[in-house]
Amino acid sequence: MSAIGTPALACKPGDYKSDVKPIWCPGCGDYHVLMSFTRAFAQLKLPPEEVVVVSGIGCSSRIPAYTNCYGFHGVHGRSLALAAGLKVTRPDLTVVVASGDGDGYSIGGNHFLHACRRNIDMTYVVMDNHIYGMTKGQPSPTTEPEFDTALSPGGTGVRPFHPLVVALASGANFIARCFSGDPNETASVLAEAIKHPGFSFVEILSPCVTFRPDESAWKDMVHTAPVPETSDQGKAARRLMTDDGFNLGILYRGSRKPYRPPVGTTSIDLAELEKDFEL
Amino acid sequence: MGASPSISIAIVGSGGTGALTTGNFLFEAASAAGWLGVFTRTMGPQIRGGEAAALLRLAVEPVESLPDQFDLLIGIDWLNAHRFGAEIKVGPQSLVISDPRGGEPPPIVGQSGARVIEIPMKELAKKIPDGRPNMIALGIAARLLGFSAEQLFVPVEKRLADKGTAAIEASRAAIKVGFDAAASLSFDKHLAPPKPITTQRWLLSGNEATALGAIRGGIRFAAAYPITPATEVLEWLAPSLVKVGGVLLQAEDELAAINMIIGASYGGTPSLTATSGPGLSLMIEALGLATSAEIPIVVVDVMRGGPSTGIPTKSEQGDLNIAIYGLHGDAPHLVLAPQSVADCLFTTQWATYLAEAMQAPAIVLSDQYIGQARAAIERPADVAFIGARAVAAEISGPYKRYAVAANGVSPMAIPGTRGGQYTADGLTHAENANPTSGAADHLKQLDKRRDKLDNFNYGDHWAAVEGKGDLVVLTWGSLTTTAREAISRAAADGINVRLVAPRLLAPVQPERLKAALAGAKRILVVEQTHGAQFQKYLRAHYDLPAPVRVFNRPGPLPITAGEIHSAIAEWK
Repeated sequence: MSAIGTPALACKPGDYKSDVKPIWCPGCGDYHVLMSFTRAFAQLKLPPEEVVVVSGIGCSSRIPAYTNCYGFHGVHGRSLALAAGLKVTRPDLTVVVASGDGDGYSIGGNHFLHACRRNIDMTYVVMDNHIYGMTKGQPSPTTEPEFDTALSPGGTGVRPFHPLVVALASGANFIARCFSGDPNETASVLAEAIKHPGFSFVEILSPCVTFRPDESAWKDMVHTAPVPETSDQGKAARRLMTDDGFNLGILYRGSRKPYRPPVGTTSIDLAELEKDFEL
Repeated sequence: MGASPSISIAIVGSGGTGALTTGNFLFEAASAAGWLGVFTRTMGPQIRGGEAAALLRLAVEPVESLPDQFDLLIGIDWLNAHRFGAEIKVGPQSLVISDPRGGEPPPIVGQSGARVIEIPMKELAKKIPDGRPNMIALGIAARLLGFSAEQLFVPVEKRLADKGTAAIEASRAAIKVGFDAAASLSFDKHLAPPKPITTQRWLLSGNEATALGAIRGGIRFAAAYPITPATEVLEWLAPSLVKVGGVLLQAEDELAAINMIIGASYGGTPSLTATSGPGLSLMIEALGLATSAEIPIVVVDVMRGGPSTGIPTKSEQGDLNIAIYGLHGDAPHLVLAPQSVADCLFTTQWATYLAEAMQAPAIVLSDQYIGQARAAIERPADVAFIGARAVAAEISGPYKRYAVAANGVSPMAIPGTRGGQYTADGLTHAENANPTSGAADHLKQLDKRRDKLDNFNYGDHWAAVEGKGDLVVLTWGSLTTTAREAISRAAADGINVRLVAPRLLAPVQPERLKAALAGAKRILVVEQTHGAQFQKYLRAHYDLPAPVRVFNRPGPLPITAGEIHSAIAEWK
């Protein structure tokens, strides 16, 4: 967190944007998510070279190259693991992980559990559009059971995954839901998430205009959570279990100590280690 | 009979009887007295209630391979010994000590013509409060090998220090009883006296040597997912990395482990993970990412019997194909193989150096045999291979992370470096790191990644090339020391044989191998695989200049020096 508040050259959102043209469809919610990222970084006055945006594969995961920060666009589903290795060796950096509902909840599901449990200081943003977009419309773990696709004629018939509940049960230290259509509010929540110690999880509802045109209705369905944020896990559990999926805001803010593996001194004395083997 | 340059002992018992502990004590006492040698174990996958054998070979000169036959076999009991009877060969010259209440020795022992002597180890142990039959066996072995009982007390007391004086007393008493029980036995094989110890000696396993080599080479981050037989690499690194300012993180699976080291290395920290075949299979996709994004990492594969779960506790060289060819796309990377316990240190250190120098992933193919064997060796020399990556300093103006440099290696901006921001990517990218699907960029980066490996000067470390004969034994990995022993036996028969064992398996070195094989008239390929993977690899990449014979056999039976010696002698 040392990066926060240090004097920086960049403090306007535009300073955090690269000149790479996004491949997203016109109208995609992810454009607004990108806007929220750059606004949050500007709010926190983070030097761009001290931020790393890590991602996996999918529409959402193209976001690192669209920022002017350091980035890593890795393999499908493994962004949290890659980010964990980076953060424990470079605690001075601000690490933000970007994913989608397929990348994060399906192929990357196991890493999601363990990242929450491990509670390393990083922010995990999942752009959830309830569909695999880049592969042209297959059901993801958050797709409704009756939603018809070429791969699931008549719907999957399978109950969707509840990422916020899973995050809470697994130990995430900060849980929020945002809507891409409100980039200002999303930026504020992201800034809070980045500032909060430990593993912060922000789910951003980000409609897919191409394969889920029905999601244009989301703008009328989302609403501010009717109760204030809580630090009580029991209350948070009840709230999240009875959630309609459209409550927005910071829903849980915990106080678990972030995980730092033991780090020794930097005195390098190999002879000391070799004593183990001497006869 | 005169003194022998080496002597071999096997101690067998069902899981929990302490056969391995007994072997370990014997090995420690022998190394303290100045003998060199190797201690290994063979066992089933069970933690308790399976079968276990300690296999020792003690010698005056350095030796790391198992013998053709064991001189002494002690069966504390024989409950499950039939499961690996074939791995512990005895012959008419061998002495077998058997407990009449420990079951029947496996038929293979009876058929061997070995002399079998019964000593009631269990019963003798019962007469001592808290006495254990394996300590009786230790006393017997001590007497037969010419040690004093006191020499065995030293390692026993060291190990039992925290268990109190009663436990130590019980063990000392049992060792003495065993020592006396063997007083009247004749055993006509005697180990020649050790040479005076003039240099520092080490006692360590290949897995520990691997871990030390990693740290010597500059590794400061490891991600760990436990797997037999590689776990000891990680368990030694866990406390040791911290002592040198490094970090170890336990991963949730091998997919996470390799991505963690890619993340750490991207952040500027030389990084490693260790695994075995099943884990390597899971890491293959991310190895391609490290190749494409040009992130240096080291992955140690301590090979075991495969495919699938295979034989987790026993050695095989069957991961050669996946290590070399497993990645999708054209993905040049480094593959290296250590040739002995001591060489695990050198090869892992060198692999770290090479990975960092070329910003490429390196796979180190160790195996269960050298990984888990403990050897008493001369202290390995310090070498100057310390990983040093070409790093970009503060940058003004556009940064091209993947600029095509003369040697193919482009300076890497480490996060925190102002002006160096780029996105590392598994997507095909242009010189400025931006994704592209253009043919020209694709070809340019494929060429860059190939050329940086092909044009590097690997020097003489690429292989062991020894001797001048026109018959060449061409082998690799842990079989190198076995082949060397076979070749020295052939030399005693007056047959000169050349040894060629590549340590660097990828990128291939056609010019160097051609020079190493110059004048060869017969090439004997030796490998521990079922499918002759090494021979096929050689034929795919090299023009072998002479007729080839292949001696290949899968694990778990070790290939012995005697067998290679016979294969040499038969090829007139």
